[in-house]
Amino acid sequence: MTEVRFTVNGTAQCVEVEPRLTLADMLREECGLTGTHLGCEHGVCGACTVLMDGLPVRSCLVFGVQAEGAEIRTVEGLAAADGTLNVLQRAFQAQHGLQCGFCTPGFLMLATWLLEQKEGVDEARLREVLASNLCRCTGYQNILAAVRVAAQEIRVWREG
Amino acid sequence: MKPARFAHHAPRTLEEALALLATHGEEARVLAGGQSLVPTMAFRMARPAVLVDINRIAPLDHVTVAGGSLRIGALARHARFETQVVEGALGTLLARIAHHIAHPPLRLRGTFCGSLAHADPASEWCAAALALEARMVLARADGLREVAAEDWFQGVFSTALAPGEMLREVVLPLPAPSWRGGFAEFARRAGDFALAMAVVGLRLEGGLVGGARIALGGIGGQPVLAREAMALLEGQAPSSALLDEAAATAARHCDPQEDMHAPAEYRRELVAVMVKRALRQAVSA
Amino acid sequence: MNWVGRRLPRSEDPPLLRGEGRYVPDIAIGARAVRFLRSPVAAGRILALRPPAEMPPGCLFVTGADMAGVQPIKPGLRRFNYRAVEQPVLPTERVHFVGQAIAAMVAPSAALAEDLLETCELDIAAEDPVVGFDAALTPGAPLVHPIAPGNVAVEGELRPEGFAETLAAAAHVVEFAFRSGRQSAMPLEGRGGVAEYDRATGRIRLSASAQMPHQLRTGIAQLLGMPEADLQVIAPDVGGGFGQKIALLPEYPVLVWLARKHRGRFAWVEDRNENLIASAHSRDQRHALRAGFDAEGRLLALEADILADVGAFSVFPTTCAVEPLMALAEYPGPYKVPAYAVRARGVLTHTCPMAPYRGVSRPVITFGIERLMDRAAAVLGLAPDEIRRRNLHDAFPARSATGMVLDEASYIEALDEAMRILDVPAFRARQEAARAEGRYLGLGLSVFNERTGYGTPAFAARSMDVVPGYEVVDIAMLPSGEVEARIGSSPHGQGLRTTLSQIIADRLGLDPGAIRIIHGDTDRTPYGWGSFASRSLVIGGGACQVAADRLADKLRRGAARLLQCEPSEVALRDGQAVAGAASMPIAELARLAHQRSELLSDAIGFNLAETGQYDPGGTFSNACHAAIVEVEAETGHVRVERYLVVEDAGRIINPMIADGQVQGGVAQGIANALFEEVIYAPDGTPLTGTLADYTPPTCAEIPEIEIHHLETISEATITGAKGLGEGGSIGAPAAIVNAISDALSPFGVDVAEFPATPPRIRALIRGRAPRA
Repeated sequence: MTEVRFTVNGTAQCVEVEPRLTLADMLREECGLTGTHLGCEHGVCGACTVLMDGLPVRSCLVFGVQAEGAEIRTVEGLAAADGTLNVLQRAFQAQHGLQCGFCTPGFLMLATWLLEQKEGVDEARLREVLASNLCRCTGYQNILAAVRVAAQEIRVWREG
Repeated sequence: MKPARFAHHAPRTLEEALALLATHGEEARVLAGGQSLVPTMAFRMARPAVLVDINRIAPLDHVTVAGGSLRIGALARHARFETQVVEGALGTLLARIAHHIAHPPLRLRGTFCGSLAHADPASEWCAAALALEARMVLARADGLREVAAEDWFQGVFSTALAPGEMLREVVLPLPAPSWRGGFAEFARRAGDFALAMAVVGLRLEGGLVGGARIALGGIGGQPVLAREAMALLEGQAPSSALLDEAAATAARHCDPQEDMHAPAEYRRELVAVMVKRALRQAVSA
Repeated sequence: MNWVGRRLPRSEDPPLLRGEGRYVPDIAIGARAVRFLRSPVAAGRILALRPPAEMPPGCLFVTGADMAGVQPIKPGLRRFNYRAVEQPVLPTERVHFVGQAIAAMVAPSAALAEDLLETCELDIAAEDPVVGFDAALTPGAPLVHPIAPGNVAVEGELRPEGFAETLAAAAHVVEFAFRSGRQSAMPLEGRGGVAEYDRATGRIRLSASAQMPHQLRTGIAQLLGMPEADLQVIAPDVGGGFGQKIALLPEYPVLVWLARKHRGRFAWVEDRNENLIASAHSRDQRHALRAGFDAEGRLLALEADILADVGAFSVFPTTCAVEPLMALAEYPGPYKVPAYAVRARGVLTHTCPMAPYRGVSRPVITFGIERLMDRAAAVLGLAPDEIRRRNLHDAFPARSATGMVLDEASYIEALDEAMRILDVPAFRARQEAARAEGRYLGLGLSVFNERTGYGTPAFAARSMDVVPGYEVVDIAMLPSGEVEARIGSSPHGQGLRTTLSQIIADRLGLDPGAIRIIHGDTDRTPYGWGSFASRSLVIGGGACQVAADRLADKLRRGAARLLQCEPSEVALRDGQAVAGAASMPIAELARLAHQRSELLSDAIGFNLAETGQYDPGGTFSNACHAAIVEVEAETGHVRVERYLVVEDAGRIINPMIADGQVQGGVAQGIANALFEEVIYAPDGTPLTGTLADYTPPTCAEIPEIEIHHLETISEATITGAKGLGEGGSIGAPAAIVNAISDALSPFGVDVAEFPATPPRIRALIRGRAPRA
């Protein structure tokens, strides 16, 4: 077992894990953060996307021990403490960007990173980045719409 | 779908890493981006007893020009190449290729050298390394050696890397100002492994082609050079007809494999199309 | 205030968006992990099966022998030469497909259970497997099950007298034989369950990622011979199902057995590889059609020979007949087919069993008849829309060739509307110009009806032992004035909590926020069915309306007593019971009904609870889909440039949710048409066990989907709503492949297999020069 110290959504964590435990399983089982979902465990579907030191990672393709010293952000960190949804979450609801909700945390974290990029977002970049993850319910149209609307609202949208 | 047990080491220096590799030999694998290695571990197709995680060895992430070469360190991530890492046609080609590697999150984590070490038959960087005459710099506890790209690939997921060694750096010679590159691949979905790809490089001097190299990837166990097509181009004016003939020649002489995604005959057709596109891109650049 | 018809945001969303949903893998944390030893071979006899020599503490190994006394899964059907193939929960003698669960390993963690599985002793004497139609149907082929001669598990045939003569007399006979590739529904969350023994009550709670919790409960109790009352089944948040999670597959009874036997908590979370090779498959079919048309292009006779590969077993409760017999019953679709002859067979093979997947056989039969229409149009020199117009039903109610009643619909209007929106002459000009540049554009149509909201009469006609259909809703107003509606149906992403609350809100004059929909828990809901067959909103919604109307009557009677008027004078609106100038808050009425019942009990009794039941005969929604594609001739790549849906699902309860269902269905249909296929090696090894090999599309491959609604309100449902959950996936393969065929028409080829992958398209046009 290896001791790992890191922060999740700003809170310090210290857990003991087997090296083979993935970051996704560590967050879910050791930190109780079950919002990060596992859809394939081999890096294709993106449902487990979290931000590690500011970058989106498939948390099924990173071992928990590799998070030593890292700052992790998960879907649980998006809403305010009282549960108020943030601008991106609100856009997903308003645009019907989710159905079963299983892929949603991964898309939210991927889009969170995208919206924080200083160069902004245009249509081509939106599709390029969101093509990283799979959704089985929505046909993607409303997920794209939600991120577009959120980008417009926070003024990082660029007309192509 | 959980990996088998392993021991994890995260050394802070290259020397420590090499000492660990020397100690554990065949039992050990280097963990860089892990974007190919970890899925194979999840399926238990790879089951290293020891992972030497090099992510904490900061100086390994360089991408620098030195001594007429572009030197790419073991921790340089794919995404680094999405923006021009070096002036001119080489940087442009690398950026074009980088945009075709998997998806943005995987590009932010996976590494250039990791792709070469993993040697997936459909890896873009592997085909590029062959076309661009890359040299692999291998480090081990007691020294260094270099291996040319043409000697590096030894079949599916198989390279000249010996136990105890680590691919520390890949060196790409900087091409002449008259050099141009081209890249084309065919994948069914965005970010998928390509069913066929072509990376080409050539000089255009006085309206004639010189030093043409055409690497094909995704069609067999390892990337290969389309030597007959390369020879055909040498010293010729790159007319549309010539490029088509070169593409057809590359297709005729290659030996594509069949799998569930594509029959060999189809891959052969794709080779012709991808070589044609990559050549046109190069000569029109 | 009318809530029905509004784009009300979903009440389901906020917890899901905060990562606070609760899916089976979340409930599984802390339970003892179960992993299954699965067959590595397609067919064989089990010679030896033993656990590792050393089992660490807390670990268990369970085989079929340990579970002696547990009944095999045996779905029943009383007609159509059905062979009642039995599936042992865990086999002790033979294995029948790669991936079949043979034994369960229990350990403190999934990783440790997987370690132990690697050192189990499993010795199987492999036998020749039967893989594919030709292998299964060759005379003298090995039998997958001795009970099914010729490997045919079910067979239906209709052949009206004089059919051959009618066909022979037709001016034109058009033939079309085609193949539909095997699919996986591939919900993003796989299956999984957590079974927990409650020592205080002796009951088991099974939380399962399931579409039919009540059926799972009944089925498991029967298999295990345990009191049904001691089993509670919960479907918590379910990460998609699309039909795959209807089935009672072996893993769930194993979990419940473990929890009972070992008085503990056991969890199995299916991984993606298991989901792709060992959860249900679908749509592996081969059809041959012959159709006779008169000189004007009117269909006179249709003959269909249907083969459906049903895999190795029959799945409970739908049976392996669901695909072949649906194809048999519904082939004529929206078309007038005066004479129809059909033979449909379900063929057993040593592959993963078949179960319903969104649309079941209708994507396949719609593909068949819509390709047939295009071929006939070419033969007859008619435009694709014109041949359809001449054959679509235009007077209602109509009766189909198999006796189904087609209620009021808009088949021709939907087609006309699609043609108008598309501006076909402009497209043809663009197509012509593109061809001159060596670019191949095509336009494809798909007109179909979608049988939805059918109750027990329709299912009873299938002669299954288990006949689904009705729904029951228990509704009650609490003293606070809030309403709880308990439904037997069980959604998994369809937003049913929101839409049902809209229906109820309108009937009771309340805000939807005051209404809670309770579902997915057999302890808390009346016996019912689930979300499948585009039925939940129609049937569950209808039952909600019936229940809410009864409750509204009760409220009006109570209000009339307090407001001193007649019940008929009371209106419920905006949270008030209003009679002329007098009014009172409904919440106050609710409080008085419960806490001051002496004032009201002789008018309304002692509660504000009612039950609604609904069991409609069924209805048909309809749609016209149109796709414009560009085919790159040199690679076979297909780009979907435009996708249009003109949809008529009657009254739309929530247009936002309805459009989401259509978009998601179309995306799955495009995947079906172009991308996804389960592939087996000749020895029965599945080759598509990862998402790198089984390839659902990303947002880079799926276009914007334009949706236009028509709203034909028929008498067939009490809400006026028709279902639409499956239509997207039903229409898309035909529209896409018709567009590809149109694009490739200069090559004189015909696409007769889907998914129409680039290698298949290249194989069609290889060596052919386009006509000028």
